[in-house]
Amino acid sequence: MRYPLWRVGVFLAALVWPLLWLYQAWADALGPDPGKVLVDRLGLGTLVLLLITLSMTPLQKLTGWAGWIAVRRQLGLWCFAYVILHLCAYLAFILGFDWSQLGVELRKRPYIIVGVLGFVCLLVLALTSNRYSQRRLGVRWKKLHRLVYLVLGLGLLHMLWIVRADLKEWSIYAAIGAFLLVLRLPPVTRRIPRLMAKKAFLPEKRN
Amino acid sequence: MLIKIPKASDCHESDVTPESFYLSRRHLLGATVAGLAVGGLPRWATAGEAARYSDVEPGDAPSWFSEKLASNKWGAVNVKDEAITPFKDATHYNNFYEFGTEKGDPAANAGVLKTEPWTVVVDGEVGRPGRYALEDFMKPYQLEERIYRLRCVEAWSMVIPWIGFPISALLNQVEPTSKAKYIRFETLQDPKVMPGQRSGFALIDWPYVEGLRLDEAMNPLAIMAVGMYGRELPNQNGAPLRLVVPWKYGFKSIKSIVRISLVSEQPKTTWQSIAANEYGFYANVNPTVDHPRWTQARERRLPSGLFKPNVRDTQMFNGYADEVASLYTGLDLRKNY
Repeated sequence: MRYPLWRVGVFLAALVWPLLWLYQAWADALGPDPGKVLVDRLGLGTLVLLLITLSMTPLQKLTGWAGWIAVRRQLGLWCFAYVILHLCAYLAFILGFDWSQLGVELRKRPYIIVGVLGFVCLLVLALTSNRYSQRRLGVRWKKLHRLVYLVLGLGLLHMLWIVRADLKEWSIYAAIGAFLLVLRLPPVTRRIPRLMAKKAFLPEKRN
Repeated sequence: MLIKIPKASDCHESDVTPESFYLSRRHLLGATVAGLAVGGLPRWATAGEAARYSDVEPGDAPSWFSEKLASNKWGAVNVKDEAITPFKDATHYNNFYEFGTEKGDPAANAGVLKTEPWTVVVDGEVGRPGRYALEDFMKPYQLEERIYRLRCVEAWSMVIPWIGFPISALLNQVEPTSKAKYIRFETLQDPKVMPGQRSGFALIDWPYVEGLRLDEAMNPLAIMAVGMYGRELPNQNGAPLRLVVPWKYGFKSIKSIVRISLVSEQPKTTWQSIAANEYGFYANVNPTVDHPRWTQARERRLPSGLFKPNVRDTQMFNGYADEVASLYTGLDLRKNY
Protein backbone atom coordinates (compact mmCIF):
# COMPACT_ATOMS: atom_id res chain seq x y z
CA MET A 1 0.00 0.00 0.00
CA ARG A 2 1.42 3.38 -0.97
CA TYR A 3 1.39 6.42 1.27
CA PRO A 4 0.57 4.52 4.48
CA LEU A 5 1.23 7.50 6.79
CA TRP A 6 -0.82 9.86 4.64
CA ARG A 7 -3.70 7.39 4.59
CA VAL A 8 -3.63 6.92 8.34
CA GLY A 9 -3.40 10.68 8.82
CA VAL A 10 -6.52 11.23 6.72
CA PHE A 11 -8.26 8.43 8.60
CA LEU A 12 -7.53 10.03 11.96
CA ALA A 13 -8.44 13.52 10.76
CA ALA A 14 -11.88 12.30 9.69
CA LEU A 15 -12.40 10.13 12.75
CA VAL A 16 -11.55 12.74 15.34
CA TRP A 17 -14.53 15.06 14.77
CA PRO A 18 -17.45 12.78 15.67
CA LEU A 19 -15.51 11.57 18.69
CA LEU A 20 -14.84 15.13 19.80
CA TRP A 21 -18.51 16.09 19.35
CA LEU A 22 -19.66 13.05 21.30
CA TYR A 23 -17.27 13.98 24.06
CA GLN A 24 -18.54 17.57 24.02
CA ALA A 25 -22.13 16.35 24.20
CA TRP A 26 -21.21 14.13 27.12
CA ALA A 27 -19.40 17.02 28.83
CA ASP A 28 -22.42 19.36 28.35
CA ALA A 29 -20.39 21.63 26.08
CA LEU A 30 -22.91 21.66 23.23
CA GLY A 31 -25.54 23.75 25.01
CA PRO A 32 -29.06 22.82 26.03
CA ASP A 33 -29.99 21.04 22.79
CA PRO A 34 -26.98 18.81 22.06
CA GLY A 35 -28.96 16.38 19.90
CA LYS A 36 -29.86 19.11 17.41
CA VAL A 37 -26.26 20.37 17.40
CA LEU A 38 -24.97 16.86 16.64
CA VAL A 39 -27.46 16.39 13.81
CA ASP A 40 -26.46 19.73 12.29
CA ARG A 41 -22.73 19.18 12.64
CA LEU A 42 -22.87 15.66 11.21
CA GLY A 43 -24.93 16.91 8.29
CA LEU A 44 -22.51 19.72 7.60
CA GLY A 45 -19.61 17.29 8.08
CA THR A 46 -21.11 15.08 5.38
CA LEU A 47 -21.24 17.99 2.97
CA VAL A 48 -17.70 19.10 3.79
CA LEU A 49 -16.37 15.57 3.28
CA LEU A 50 -18.23 15.34 -0.01
CA LEU A 51 -16.60 18.56 -1.17
CA ILE A 52 -13.17 17.36 0.01
CA THR A 53 -13.68 14.04 -1.80
CA LEU A 54 -14.62 15.90 -4.96
CA SER A 55 -11.53 18.07 -4.76
CA MET A 56 -9.12 15.10 -4.80
CA THR A 57 -9.21 14.62 -8.58
CA PRO A 58 -8.67 18.31 -9.40
CA LEU A 59 -5.87 18.44 -6.83
CA GLN A 60 -4.22 15.43 -8.43
CA LYS A 61 -4.51 17.05 -11.84
CA LEU A 62 -3.11 20.28 -10.46
CA THR A 63 -0.16 18.82 -8.58
CA GLY A 64 0.39 15.50 -10.27
CA TRP A 65 0.68 13.84 -6.86
CA ALA A 66 -1.00 10.42 -6.74
CA GLY A 67 -1.53 10.68 -2.97
CA TRP A 68 -4.75 12.62 -3.53
CA ILE A 69 -6.29 9.75 -5.44
CA ALA A 70 -4.96 7.26 -2.88
CA VAL A 71 -7.30 8.70 -0.21
CA ARG A 72 -10.25 9.49 -2.46
CA ARG A 73 -12.16 6.29 -1.76
CA GLN A 74 -11.47 6.54 1.95
CA LEU A 75 -12.83 10.09 2.03
CA GLY A 76 -15.91 9.04 0.11
CA LEU A 77 -16.52 6.29 2.64
CA TRP A 78 -16.06 8.77 5.48
CA CYS A 79 -18.69 10.93 3.83
CA PHE A 80 -20.96 7.89 3.91
CA ALA A 81 -20.10 7.18 7.56
CA TYR A 82 -20.98 10.75 8.50
CA VAL A 83 -24.31 10.59 6.69
CA ILE A 84 -25.12 7.34 8.54
CA LEU A 85 -24.35 9.07 11.85
CA HIS A 86 -26.34 12.12 10.73
CA LEU A 87 -29.34 9.87 10.03
CA CYS A 88 -29.01 7.99 13.30
CA ALA A 89 -28.74 11.25 15.25
CA TYR A 90 -31.82 12.58 13.44
CA LEU A 91 -33.77 9.40 14.23
CA ALA A 92 -32.71 9.42 17.86
CA PHE A 93 -32.64 13.08 18.86
CA ILE A 94 -35.14 14.75 16.57
CA LEU A 95 -37.68 11.97 16.03
CA GLY A 96 -37.05 10.16 19.32
CA PHE A 97 -37.33 6.84 17.39
CA ASP A 98 -40.95 7.63 16.58
CA TRP A 99 -41.17 5.45 13.45
CA SER A 100 -44.70 6.49 12.53
CA GLN A 101 -43.52 10.08 12.53
CA LEU A 102 -40.68 9.05 10.24
CA GLY A 103 -43.29 7.80 7.76
CA VAL A 104 -45.06 11.14 7.95
CA GLU A 105 -41.81 13.07 7.45
CA LEU A 106 -40.87 10.90 4.47
CA ARG A 107 -44.18 11.63 2.81
CA LYS A 108 -44.60 15.28 3.65
CA ARG A 109 -41.27 17.06 3.89
CA PRO A 110 -39.48 17.82 0.65
CA TYR A 111 -36.14 18.43 2.40
CA ILE A 112 -36.33 15.04 4.11
CA ILE A 113 -37.18 13.34 0.80
CA VAL A 114 -34.26 15.04 -0.92
CA GLY A 115 -31.97 14.10 1.97
CA VAL A 116 -33.05 10.46 1.85
CA LEU A 117 -32.53 10.36 -1.94
CA GLY A 118 -29.02 11.66 -1.43
CA PHE A 119 -28.45 9.04 1.24
CA VAL A 120 -29.65 6.22 -1.04
CA CYS A 121 -27.24 7.39 -3.75
CA LEU A 122 -24.38 7.48 -1.25
CA LEU A 123 -25.36 4.00 -0.07
CA VAL A 124 -25.12 2.68 -3.64
CA LEU A 125 -21.73 4.34 -4.08
CA ALA A 126 -20.44 2.97 -0.78
CA LEU A 127 -21.62 -0.57 -1.61
CA THR A 128 -19.90 -0.49 -4.99
CA SER A 129 -16.73 1.16 -3.77
CA ASN A 130 -14.77 -2.10 -3.51
CA ARG A 131 -12.43 -3.55 -6.14
CA TYR A 132 -14.75 -6.45 -6.80
CA SER A 133 -17.57 -4.13 -7.87
CA GLN A 134 -15.14 -2.08 -9.92
CA ARG A 135 -14.09 -5.16 -11.82
CA ARG A 136 -17.59 -6.49 -12.26
CA LEU A 137 -19.14 -3.22 -13.35
CA GLY A 138 -16.24 -2.32 -15.63
CA VAL A 139 -17.03 0.77 -17.68
CA ARG A 140 -20.40 1.14 -16.01
CA TRP A 141 -18.67 1.67 -12.64
CA LYS A 142 -17.38 5.05 -13.68
CA LYS A 143 -20.79 6.07 -14.96
CA LEU A 144 -22.45 4.88 -11.77
CA HIS A 145 -20.05 6.84 -9.63
CA ARG A 146 -20.93 10.05 -11.42
CA LEU A 147 -23.95 9.83 -9.11
CA VAL A 148 -21.74 11.72 -6.68
CA TYR A 149 -22.48 14.92 -8.61
CA LEU A 150 -26.18 14.31 -8.09
CA VAL A 151 -25.52 13.69 -4.39
CA LEU A 152 -23.84 17.08 -4.17
CA GLY A 153 -26.85 18.75 -5.75
CA LEU A 154 -29.28 16.92 -3.46
CA GLY A 155 -27.18 17.72 -0.41
CA LEU A 156 -27.06 21.41 -1.22
CA LEU A 157 -30.80 21.49 -1.87
CA HIS A 158 -31.40 19.65 1.41
CA MET A 159 -29.37 22.32 3.22
CA LEU A 160 -30.96 25.21 1.32
CA TRP A 161 -34.41 24.12 2.48
CA ILE A 162 -33.29 24.14 6.08
CA VAL A 163 -31.91 27.67 5.96
CA ARG A 164 -34.30 30.04 7.66
CA ALA A 165 -33.01 33.53 7.34
CA ASP A 166 -29.44 33.92 6.12
CA LEU A 167 -28.01 32.34 2.97
CA LYS A 168 -24.39 33.31 3.55
CA GLU A 169 -23.09 29.97 4.83
CA TRP A 170 -25.06 28.01 2.26
CA SER A 171 -23.80 30.25 -0.54
CA ILE A 172 -20.19 29.53 0.40
CA TYR A 173 -20.69 25.76 0.23
CA ALA A 174 -22.72 26.04 -2.95
CA ALA A 175 -20.02 28.17 -4.58
CA ILE A 176 -17.30 25.68 -3.67
CA GLY A 177 -19.45 22.83 -4.96
CA ALA A 178 -20.20 24.64 -8.21
CA PHE A 179 -16.49 25.41 -8.67
CA LEU A 180 -15.58 21.75 -8.20
CA LEU A 181 -18.18 20.73 -10.77
CA VAL A 182 -17.01 23.33 -13.27
CA LEU A 183 -13.48 21.93 -12.97
CA ARG A 184 -14.87 18.68 -14.35
CA LEU A 185 -16.11 20.16 -17.59
CA PRO A 186 -13.73 18.79 -20.24
CA PRO A 187 -12.68 22.18 -21.67
CA VAL A 188 -11.84 23.36 -18.15
CA THR A 189 -10.12 20.14 -17.10
CA ARG A 190 -7.78 20.37 -20.08
CA ARG A 191 -6.64 23.77 -18.96
CA ILE A 192 -5.82 22.85 -15.37
CA PRO A 193 -2.08 23.52 -15.25
CA ARG A 194 0.24 21.02 -13.67
CA LEU A 195 2.17 22.97 -11.10
CA MET A 196 4.72 20.34 -10.22
CA ALA A 197 4.97 18.11 -13.23
CA LYS A 198 4.94 21.02 -15.66
CA LYS A 199 8.70 21.60 -15.82
CA ALA A 200 9.34 18.00 -16.73
CA PHE A 201 6.72 18.18 -19.43
CA LEU A 202 7.52 21.36 -21.23
CA PRO A 203 10.79 20.48 -22.98
CA GLU A 204 9.29 17.31 -24.38
CA LYS A 205 6.33 19.20 -25.77
CA ARG A 206 8.55 21.59 -27.68
CA ASN A 207 10.11 18.84 -29.65
CA MET B 1 -61.33 37.37 41.08
CA LEU B 2 -62.76 34.09 39.90
CA ILE B 3 -61.29 31.00 41.45
CA LYS B 4 -60.80 28.41 38.72
CA ILE B 5 -60.04 24.75 39.12
CA PRO B 6 -56.90 23.96 37.11
CA LYS B 7 -57.65 21.68 34.21
CA ALA B 8 -56.21 21.94 30.74
CA SER B 9 -54.01 24.84 31.70
CA ASP B 10 -51.44 24.70 34.43
CA CYS B 11 -50.85 28.37 34.97
CA HIS B 12 -53.03 30.47 37.23
CA GLU B 13 -52.44 33.77 38.85
CA SER B 14 -53.76 32.30 42.07
CA ASP B 15 -51.27 29.47 42.01
CA VAL B 16 -49.34 28.93 45.17
CA THR B 17 -45.62 29.40 44.74
CA PRO B 18 -44.14 25.95 44.12
CA GLU B 19 -42.20 24.38 46.90
CA SER B 20 -38.88 24.25 45.11
CA PHE B 21 -39.06 27.96 44.42
CA TYR B 22 -40.03 28.60 48.02
CA LEU B 23 -37.22 26.43 49.28
CA SER B 24 -34.64 28.13 47.08
CA ARG B 25 -35.79 31.41 48.61
CA ARG B 26 -35.42 29.90 52.06
CA HIS B 27 -32.01 28.78 51.06
CA LEU B 28 -31.17 32.28 49.98
CA LEU B 29 -32.47 33.78 53.23
CA GLY B 30 -30.52 31.22 55.20
CA ALA B 31 -27.42 32.05 53.28
CA THR B 32 -27.95 35.72 53.96
CA VAL B 33 -28.41 35.12 57.66
CA ALA B 34 -25.23 33.09 57.63
CA GLY B 35 -23.56 36.28 56.50
CA LEU B 36 -22.45 34.93 53.18
CA ALA B 37 -20.88 38.09 51.81
CA VAL B 38 -24.19 39.46 50.57
CA GLY B 39 -23.87 42.66 52.58
CA GLY B 40 -20.41 43.18 51.19
CA LEU B 41 -21.47 43.06 47.57
CA PRO B 42 -21.97 46.30 45.68
CA ARG B 43 -25.52 46.78 44.38
CA TRP B 44 -26.55 44.24 46.96
CA ALA B 45 -30.25 44.60 46.32
CA THR B 46 -29.85 43.57 42.69
CA ALA B 47 -27.51 40.78 43.58
CA GLY B 48 -29.97 39.56 46.22
CA GLU B 49 -32.87 39.44 43.79
CA ALA B 50 -30.81 37.75 41.11
CA ALA B 51 -30.03 35.01 43.59
CA ARG B 52 -33.70 33.93 43.57
CA TYR B 53 -32.54 31.73 40.73
CA SER B 54 -29.33 29.82 40.81
CA ASP B 55 -26.35 30.67 38.61
CA VAL B 56 -27.75 33.98 37.42
CA GLU B 57 -25.10 36.36 36.15
CA PRO B 58 -25.72 39.66 37.90
CA GLY B 59 -26.44 42.45 35.46
CA ASP B 60 -25.83 46.14 35.55
CA ALA B 61 -29.40 47.30 36.00
CA PRO B 62 -30.40 50.89 35.24
CA SER B 63 -31.64 52.70 38.34
CA TRP B 64 -35.27 52.87 37.14
CA PHE B 65 -35.26 49.08 36.97
CA SER B 66 -33.80 48.57 40.44
CA GLU B 67 -36.34 50.99 41.89
CA LYS B 68 -39.26 49.27 40.20
CA LEU B 69 -37.99 45.85 41.15
CA ALA B 70 -38.40 46.72 44.84
CA SER B 71 -42.18 46.61 44.42
CA ASN B 72 -42.22 43.75 41.92
CA LYS B 73 -44.97 41.14 42.46
CA TRP B 74 -42.96 37.94 42.51
CA GLY B 75 -44.49 34.82 41.03
CA ALA B 76 -47.68 36.58 39.90
CA VAL B 77 -48.16 33.85 37.29
CA ASN B 78 -46.49 30.51 37.63
CA VAL B 79 -46.19 27.09 36.06
CA LYS B 80 -47.08 23.92 37.89
CA ASP B 81 -44.75 20.94 38.08
CA GLU B 82 -42.43 22.26 35.41
CA ALA B 83 -38.81 23.10 36.01
CA ILE B 84 -37.56 26.57 35.17
CA THR B 85 -34.93 26.49 32.43
CA PRO B 86 -31.43 27.21 33.74
CA PHE B 87 -30.39 30.84 33.28
CA LYS B 88 -27.35 29.83 31.24
CA ASP B 89 -29.50 27.99 28.68
CA ALA B 90 -32.11 30.74 28.45
CA THR B 91 -29.35 33.27 27.79
CA HIS B 92 -27.05 31.24 25.52
CA TYR B 93 -29.54 29.55 23.22
CA ASN B 94 -31.34 32.37 21.47
CA ASN B 95 -32.87 33.33 18.18
CA PHE B 96 -32.10 37.00 17.68
CA TYR B 97 -31.08 37.14 14.04
CA GLU B 98 -29.96 40.75 14.29
CA PHE B 99 -26.95 39.32 16.11
CA GLY B 100 -26.45 36.22 13.93
CA THR B 101 -28.31 33.07 13.03
CA GLU B 102 -26.50 30.59 15.29
CA LYS B 103 -28.01 29.96 18.70
CA GLY B 104 -24.87 31.17 20.45
CA ASP B 105 -24.45 34.30 18.31
CA PRO B 106 -26.75 36.60 20.31
CA ALA B 107 -24.90 35.88 23.56
CA ALA B 108 -21.57 36.38 21.78
CA ASN B 109 -22.48 39.52 19.84
CA ALA B 110 -25.19 41.40 21.72
CA GLY B 111 -22.85 42.75 24.39
CA VAL B 112 -22.14 45.84 22.30
CA LEU B 113 -25.79 46.88 22.19
CA LYS B 114 -26.28 50.04 24.24
CA THR B 115 -29.61 49.91 26.05
CA GLU B 116 -29.13 53.14 27.97
CA PRO B 117 -30.31 55.65 26.88
CA TRP B 118 -33.18 54.01 25.02
CA THR B 119 -36.06 55.73 23.26
CA VAL B 120 -39.48 54.26 22.58
CA VAL B 121 -41.79 55.87 20.05
CA VAL B 122 -45.54 55.47 20.44
CA ASP B 123 -47.50 56.51 17.38
CA GLY B 124 -50.36 55.72 15.03
CA GLU B 125 -53.98 55.55 16.12
CA VAL B 126 -53.44 56.77 19.68
CA GLY B 127 -54.69 59.70 21.70
CA ARG B 128 -51.29 60.21 23.30
CA PRO B 129 -48.48 59.65 20.82
CA GLY B 130 -44.98 60.44 21.95
CA ARG B 131 -41.29 59.77 22.06
CA TYR B 132 -40.19 58.58 25.46
CA ALA B 133 -36.97 57.92 27.24
CA LEU B 134 -37.39 54.35 28.50
CA GLU B 135 -37.35 55.38 32.18
CA ASP B 136 -40.24 57.80 31.53
CA PHE B 137 -42.05 55.26 29.38
CA MET B 138 -41.85 52.75 32.25
CA LYS B 139 -43.07 55.11 34.99
CA PRO B 140 -46.77 54.19 35.08
CA TYR B 141 -46.25 50.44 35.26
CA GLN B 142 -46.18 48.01 38.15
CA LEU B 143 -43.76 45.17 37.49
CA GLU B 144 -44.70 41.57 38.08
CA GLU B 145 -43.04 38.25 37.56
CA ARG B 146 -44.65 35.93 35.01
CA ILE B 147 -43.27 32.43 34.76
CA TYR B 148 -44.26 31.26 31.29
CA ARG B 149 -43.59 28.42 28.94
CA LEU B 150 -41.85 29.60 25.78
CA ARG B 151 -42.44 27.46 22.69
CA CYS B 152 -40.24 28.18 19.70
CA VAL B 153 -41.59 27.46 16.22
CA GLU B 154 -38.46 25.29 15.79
CA ALA B 155 -39.97 22.74 18.20
CA TRP B 156 -37.94 23.47 21.31
CA SER B 157 -39.27 25.05 24.48
CA MET B 158 -38.21 26.57 27.78
CA VAL B 159 -39.78 27.88 30.99
CA ILE B 160 -38.72 31.43 31.77
CA PRO B 161 -39.46 33.76 34.70
CA TRP B 162 -40.10 37.11 33.02
CA ILE B 163 -40.52 40.46 34.73
CA GLY B 164 -42.82 42.89 33.00
CA PHE B 165 -46.25 44.45 32.83
CA PRO B 166 -49.42 43.67 30.88
CA ILE B 167 -49.81 45.32 27.48
CA SER B 168 -53.31 46.25 28.58
CA ALA B 169 -51.75 48.73 31.04
CA LEU B 170 -49.78 50.24 28.18
CA LEU B 171 -52.91 50.53 26.05
CA ASN B 172 -54.68 52.31 28.90
CA GLN B 173 -51.87 54.85 28.92
CA VAL B 174 -51.66 55.55 25.20
CA GLU B 175 -55.43 55.64 24.60
CA PRO B 176 -56.03 53.90 21.25
CA THR B 177 -58.53 55.60 18.97
CA SER B 178 -61.58 53.81 17.60
CA LYS B 179 -59.62 53.13 14.39
CA ALA B 180 -56.95 51.10 16.16
CA LYS B 181 -57.38 47.40 15.40
CA TYR B 182 -53.84 46.10 15.71
CA ILE B 183 -50.69 46.85 17.65
CA ARG B 184 -47.43 46.83 15.74
CA PHE B 185 -43.94 46.56 17.24
CA GLU B 186 -40.59 47.32 15.71
CA THR B 187 -37.08 46.26 16.77
CA LEU B 188 -34.09 48.58 16.75
CA GLN B 189 -32.34 48.89 13.39
CA ASP B 190 -28.67 49.61 13.89
CA PRO B 191 -26.39 47.73 11.46
CA LYS B 192 -23.34 49.15 13.26
CA VAL B 193 -23.99 46.99 16.31
CA MET B 194 -26.17 44.32 14.72
CA PRO B 195 -24.06 42.12 12.44
CA GLY B 196 -27.12 40.25 11.14
CA GLN B 197 -28.40 43.50 9.67
CA ARG B 198 -25.10 43.95 7.84
CA SER B 199 -25.26 40.53 6.15
CA GLY B 200 -25.79 40.82 2.43
CA PHE B 201 -27.32 37.34 2.41
CA ALA B 202 -30.05 37.96 4.98
CA LEU B 203 -33.55 37.15 3.81
CA ILE B 204 -35.04 39.46 6.42
CA ASP B 205 -36.07 42.96 5.46
CA TRP B 206 -34.97 44.85 8.58
CA PRO B 207 -36.18 46.11 10.96
CA TYR B 208 -37.96 43.15 12.50
CA VAL B 209 -41.69 43.77 12.82
CA GLU B 210 -44.33 41.94 14.82
CA GLY B 211 -47.93 42.58 15.71
CA LEU B 212 -51.02 41.48 17.57
CA ARG B 213 -54.73 41.98 17.17
CA LEU B 214 -55.84 44.53 19.75
CA ASP B 215 -57.95 42.01 21.68
CA GLU B 216 -54.95 39.66 21.80
CA ALA B 217 -52.83 42.46 23.18
CA MET B 218 -55.49 43.17 25.81
CA ASN B 219 -55.37 39.58 27.08
CA PRO B 220 -53.89 39.60 30.58
CA LEU B 221 -51.25 37.01 29.60
CA ALA B 222 -49.65 39.30 26.99
CA ILE B 223 -46.87 41.34 28.56
CA MET B 224 -44.04 43.69 27.79
CA ALA B 225 -40.97 42.35 29.59
CA VAL B 226 -38.02 44.30 30.93
CA GLY B 227 -36.44 41.58 33.05
CA MET B 228 -36.01 37.87 33.64
CA TYR B 229 -34.64 35.64 36.39
CA GLY B 230 -34.97 38.48 38.89
CA ARG B 231 -32.79 40.90 36.93
CA GLU B 232 -33.02 43.19 33.91
CA LEU B 233 -33.11 41.53 30.48
CA PRO B 234 -29.72 40.46 29.16
CA ASN B 235 -29.10 42.04 25.74
CA GLN B 236 -29.37 38.74 23.91
CA ASN B 237 -32.86 38.23 25.33
CA GLY B 238 -34.17 41.49 23.90
CA ALA B 239 -33.09 44.22 26.29
CA PRO B 240 -34.31 46.63 27.32
CA LEU B 241 -37.93 46.07 26.29
CA ARG B 242 -39.55 43.10 24.59
CA LEU B 243 -42.85 41.42 24.02
CA VAL B 244 -43.83 38.09 25.61
CA VAL B 245 -46.92 36.32 24.28
CA PRO B 246 -46.75 32.84 25.80
CA TRP B 247 -49.48 31.17 23.73
CA LYS B 248 -47.79 32.06 20.45
CA TYR B 249 -44.55 30.81 18.91
CA GLY B 250 -41.50 32.60 20.19
CA PHE B 251 -40.87 34.67 17.08
CA LYS B 252 -43.98 36.73 17.89
CA SER B 253 -42.29 37.93 21.07
CA ILE B 254 -40.27 40.68 19.41
CA LYS B 255 -37.11 41.94 21.10
CA SER B 256 -35.43 45.30 21.76
CA ILE B 257 -38.50 47.33 20.84
CA VAL B 258 -38.08 50.95 19.73
CA ARG B 259 -41.48 51.65 18.25
CA ILE B 260 -45.02 50.75 19.20
CA SER B 261 -47.75 51.74 16.78
CA LEU B 262 -51.49 51.29 16.88
CA VAL B 263 -52.76 50.65 13.39
CA SER B 264 -56.01 49.93 11.59
CA GLU B 265 -54.61 47.31 9.17
CA GLN B 266 -52.98 44.00 10.02
CA PRO B 267 -49.24 44.74 10.11
CA LYS B 268 -46.87 43.01 7.69
CA THR B 269 -44.86 40.92 10.11
CA THR B 270 -41.32 39.83 9.35
CA TRP B 271 -41.60 36.05 9.16
CA GLN B 272 -44.89 36.20 7.34
CA SER B 273 -43.22 38.41 4.73
CA ILE B 274 -40.35 35.93 4.25
CA ALA B 275 -42.43 32.76 4.07
CA ALA B 276 -46.18 33.19 4.43
CA ASN B 277 -46.77 29.46 3.93
CA GLU B 278 -44.61 28.68 6.96
CA TYR B 279 -45.30 31.52 9.38
CA GLY B 280 -48.72 33.06 9.78
CA PHE B 281 -49.73 36.30 11.44
CA TYR B 282 -51.36 34.47 14.35
CA ALA B 283 -48.61 31.91 14.99
CA ASN B 284 -50.57 30.39 17.86
CA VAL B 285 -48.90 27.31 19.30
CA ASN B 286 -50.91 24.49 17.75
CA PRO B 287 -49.83 20.84 17.83
CA THR B 288 -52.32 19.93 15.10
CA VAL B 289 -50.97 22.31 12.45
CA ASP B 290 -47.51 21.34 11.24
CA HIS B 291 -44.84 23.69 10.10
CA PRO B 292 -44.38 22.63 6.44
CA ARG B 293 -40.89 21.38 7.29
CA TRP B 294 -41.46 19.70 10.64
CA THR B 295 -44.13 18.55 13.03
CA GLN B 296 -45.38 20.79 15.81
CA ALA B 297 -46.97 17.92 17.75
CA ARG B 298 -44.00 17.55 20.06
CA GLU B 299 -41.25 19.70 21.47
CA ARG B 300 -37.81 19.36 23.01
CA ARG B 301 -37.96 20.96 26.45
CA LEU B 302 -34.51 22.40 27.01
CA PRO B 303 -32.14 21.41 28.38
CA SER B 304 -32.66 18.13 26.55
CA GLY B 305 -29.68 15.88 27.16
CA LEU B 306 -28.22 13.52 24.61
CA PHE B 307 -28.79 10.50 26.77
CA LYS B 308 -31.92 11.76 28.51
CA PRO B 309 -33.87 13.52 25.79
CA ASN B 310 -36.64 15.68 27.19
CA VAL B 311 -39.30 15.38 24.50
CA ARG B 312 -42.91 16.16 25.38
CA ASP B 313 -46.22 16.71 23.65
CA THR B 314 -46.96 20.28 22.65
CA GLN B 315 -50.16 21.65 24.18
CA MET B 316 -52.78 23.67 22.34
CA PHE B 317 -52.03 27.37 22.80
CA ASN B 318 -48.93 26.22 24.66
CA GLY B 319 -51.16 25.19 27.58
CA TYR B 320 -52.91 28.55 27.87
CA ALA B 321 -56.13 27.49 26.12
CA ASP B 322 -58.33 28.37 29.11
CA GLU B 323 -57.17 31.95 28.97
CA VAL B 324 -56.95 32.57 25.23
CA ALA B 325 -59.03 30.07 23.24
CA SER B 326 -62.04 32.40 23.36
CA LEU B 327 -60.09 34.96 21.31
CA TYR B 328 -60.28 32.63 18.33
CA THR B 329 -63.81 31.24 18.38
CA GLY B 330 -65.10 30.97 14.82
CA LEU B 331 -61.60 31.35 13.37
CA ASP B 332 -60.27 28.45 11.27
CA LEU B 333 -56.91 27.86 12.93
CA ARG B 334 -55.77 25.63 10.07
CA LYS B 335 -56.02 28.57 7.69
CA ASN B 336 -55.09 31.24 10.21
CA TYR B 337 -51.98 29.55 11.53
